Amino acid sequence: MTIDDRAEEILESLWVGTEEMGREEVSLDDLGIKEEDKALQNLISQGYVSRDNDKVALLKEGRDEAEGTVRRHRLAERLLVDILDVKGELVNESACKFEHLLKKGIDDKICTLLGHPKLCPHEKQIPPGICCKETRESGVKLVSPLTGLKPEQSGSIAYLASRDSKKIKKLMSMGVLPGNRITLVSGFPSYVFQIGYSQFAVDREMAQNIYVRVEGEGRS
Amino acid sequence: MSIFRAAGGAGCHGAGTARLQERENTATLKDMKKIAIVGNPNVGKSVIFNSLTGAYVNVSNYPGTTVEVSRGKGRFGDAGYEVIDTPGMYSLLPITEEERVAREFIMEEKPDIVLHVVDAKNPGRMLPLTLQLIEAGLPVILDINIIDEAERVGLEIDTRRLEEELTIPVVATSGISGKGMDELKRRISEYKAGKAISIAYNETIEKCIKEIEDQLKGEYIFSRRAIGLLLLQEDPEILEIVEERERTIERIKEIISKIKSVHANPFHFSITMRRQAVAGEMLKHILKSRRPDRVSFQEKLNRMMINPVTGIPILLVAVYFGLYQFVGVFGAGTLVDFLEEVLFGEYINPFFIWVFESIIPWPVIQDLFVGEYGILTLGLRYAVAIILPIVGTFFISFSILEDTGYFPRLAMLVDRLFKKIGLNGRAIIPMVLGFGCDTMATMVTRTLETKRERVLATLLLALAIPCSAQLGVILAILSAKPLALLLWAAVVTLVFLLTGFLAARLMPGERPDFYMELPPLRLPKLTNVLAKTVSRMQWYLMEVIPLFLLASVLIWAGRLIGLFQLVIRGMEPLVKIIGLPEDTALVFLFGFFRRDYGAAGLYDLQQEGLLSGNQLVIAAVTLTLFVPCIAQFSMMLKERGLKTTLGIILFIFPFAFLMGFLLNILFSFLGVQL
Ligand SMILES: Nc1nc2c(ncn2[C@@H]2O[C@H](COP(=O)(O)OP(=O)(O)OP(=O)(O)O)[C@@H](O)[C@H]2O)c(=O)[nH]1
Ligand SMILES: [Mg+2]
Ligand SMILES: [Zn+2]
Repeated sequence: MTIDDRAEEILESLWVGTEEMGREEVSLDDLGIKEEDKALQNLISQGYVSRDNDKVALLKEGRDEAEGTVRRHRLAERLLVDILDVKGELVNESACKFEHLLKKGIDDKICTLLGHPKLCPHEKQIPPGICCKETRESGVKLVSPLTGLKPEQSGSIAYLASRDSKKIKKLMSMGVLPGNRITLVSGFPSYVFQIGYSQFAVDREMAQNIYVRVEGEGRS
Repeated sequence: MSIFRAAGGAGCHGAGTARLQERENTATLKDMKKIAIVGNPNVGKSVIFNSLTGAYVNVSNYPGTTVEVSRGKGRFGDAGYEVIDTPGMYSLLPITEEERVAREFIMEEKPDIVLHVVDAKNPGRMLPLTLQLIEAGLPVILDINIIDEAERVGLEIDTRRLEEELTIPVVATSGISGKGMDELKRRISEYKAGKAISIAYNETIEKCIKEIEDQLKGEYIFSRRAIGLLLLQEDPEILEIVEERERTIERIKEIISKIKSVHANPFHFSITMRRQAVAGEMLKHILKSRRPDRVSFQEKLNRMMINPVTGIPILLVAVYFGLYQFVGVFGAGTLVDFLEEVLFGEYINPFFIWVFESIIPWPVIQDLFVGEYGILTLGLRYAVAIILPIVGTFFISFSILEDTGYFPRLAMLVDRLFKKIGLNGRAIIPMVLGFGCDTMATMVTRTLETKRERVLATLLLALAIPCSAQLGVILAILSAKPLALLLWAAVVTLVFLLTGFLAARLMPGERPDFYMELPPLRLPKLTNVLAKTVSRMQWYLMEVIPLFLLASVLIWAGRLIGLFQLVIRGMEPLVKIIGLPEDTALVFLFGFFRRDYGAAGLYDLQQEGLLSGNQLVIAAVTLTLFVPCIAQFSMMLKERGLKTTLGIILFIFPFAFLMGFLLNILFSFLGVQL
């Protein structure tokens, strides 16, 4: 049985309300729906949520489904911001459409491509998927921001997270360009990396924007 | 070879006089060909400039040494050339102020040859700028410099083939040893502009450039294609220039915004990537490398410097030997003692006094030259016997450190701390230079990226960074009382951090980015250290001696008409409030003329045993914080403008005395006896 886009959005709001804001249940008003809403009826009949007067609560069954939806939404945001360079209001808007396209399985592929990010662009937790748990156990990281590398680790630059075009220009002027080999020399108190025969020092905010395809470790 | 130096690398020439000189010389330069030396920071442009002209502009091992354009002359073949050194730039699309200076300069001067200097170890990173310069239609010669280091790490570059690929002259040099310089001169004298290669970008970009090019009707130094590309990358200065010259500007803007809405990546990104790819492809067959698998000694030392656990001890050792032992104990102690007591005390002063007293009958005139505040007995003595040895030893220490490449590593260590005071690690270079000469340092604050950083750095330099003469004297005076010295250092450091912290809060602005190239560690060359020290000393003396003499004359005249006593009397209450004897009023008056002059005055008082330990600390602190000297003041005016400068001065003056006052109260409250 599947649920439609509207139902997914209700699940998402419920998850945020209960898991992140710590409420027991969420009112119909807050969800912005009516009692006789079709999607809601559908969710109740599938045993995902329960309704008590105007209060809606997330059931155990629905929780997993909801978490997956939130994960897809936030991964979509990361994808849009980091790789497709979408900015501002457009991010959330497009992410809302995008998330419905990222069906199960595809979200893990995107997650891997992005290096299993922990936070969305708004600094909210991205619920980890199976792929994240696996890589955490085997210690494999495919793409990671430079700040996640250990000293002496190298890789090739995958992409620059482009939120601030001035930062990107500066990075590019140092030869930080996709495809170039990079080695982290030191991670404290500033980040020192080597490209070719030159070493550069940057602060954390700059280093965070450099995403590296880490090499020298197994693939999964 | 004759030279004339414009406001140059030494960083400290009065730019005004330099500009006058420049104007004077333009007549003879009209028919000379111009060579502009451009390239990334720290690739040896200034070394090449010095070698081509026989002049000396500062060469140091960190990016951003040269902040202003310098000019010189050279003869290659049978023609005379005007050679011009520029600040480093990473690309034709500027980010920092110096890069802007460099580009503006190329656009204004229309050089006959653009000599692009690159580091042989990193051609892949630097060749894209060559491509950019060629694209802009400039007459480029490529100089692959520092070839010696490249050979040492096992890199080989086939310059003949690169020349064929780029279709411009390519020369390999080692500016330091002079290898390849004759070849470079020959290629310059034979240079003829020809047709050079051009890079194709993706279809969207090409189409758009074509459309913009069709709209460009005015005259530009850069090719239309380059202008089109820069417009696509939203370069504000180029847009301004084009706005001035094109009536169809609205149409051009339209073209750009239309294409922007359908293109995902910023154009800057796609264009840079494309140039990088072309350069990479070219170098594939031209660059051969044998990677040495041994970690070099330099690399090991580098790791130690950038790791705080070993880096902080290294810093302390450098400060202890370079500053305390060499400048404080040797310069301000041994040397000053000798010059003061033996040279001036036993020979020069008695000699002059004897001469003047025997040939000039009027005591008033005698007084002017050899009296208590005489031009010779005080002015010259302060300059030569006290200030010169201290500043000289400081500049030697500083130059050695500069040439090793230590400062960028220090910058990365302090970045986090500096962020707290609204600056970033990069500001360490003007700050450390400030210990040599705050005037020089104020000028170097240009290398900081935002206006906010420049203002904050200027304020801190004026307030809490003592210049070397001050520092040397204070070290010498207080070294007998280590506790007093420590206390002074602690108070000044605290003021530095607190003022920075508060000023950064009061002056909100974007958080500065820290990014800096760490140049390879190099063994300083004695000749360069000496040349740099001499050039800085020269500037320093030119600046200082007239002021010292002027001060002597003013004081003499002031005493004659009674104004001097009046000012002193006016300052006495102020001095008393902070717990100092009346005589120190004079020291503060000296301080107005120059920081170091005041310090020298303090030295005299201490020699006479007029100050207690507590008073020494109070005087040292107040004098350190006290107003910047005239030279620094005028540099502040030039770099920051009247409003900011006045604001800073109005803060500093009462603040310095307030600190002295508080310290005095604290001492008596706690019953401290130093
Ligand atoms: N080994 C070696 N070192 C060189 C050579 N040329 C320059 N250097 C060193 O490179 C460093 C930078 O030289 P500069 O001439 O100051 O470089 P610049 O390009 O003018 O630098 P900015 O003014 O900061 O843009 C100095 O430490 C020089 O001693 C060379 O051919 N061989
Ligand atoms: Mg230079
Ligand atoms: Zn994952």
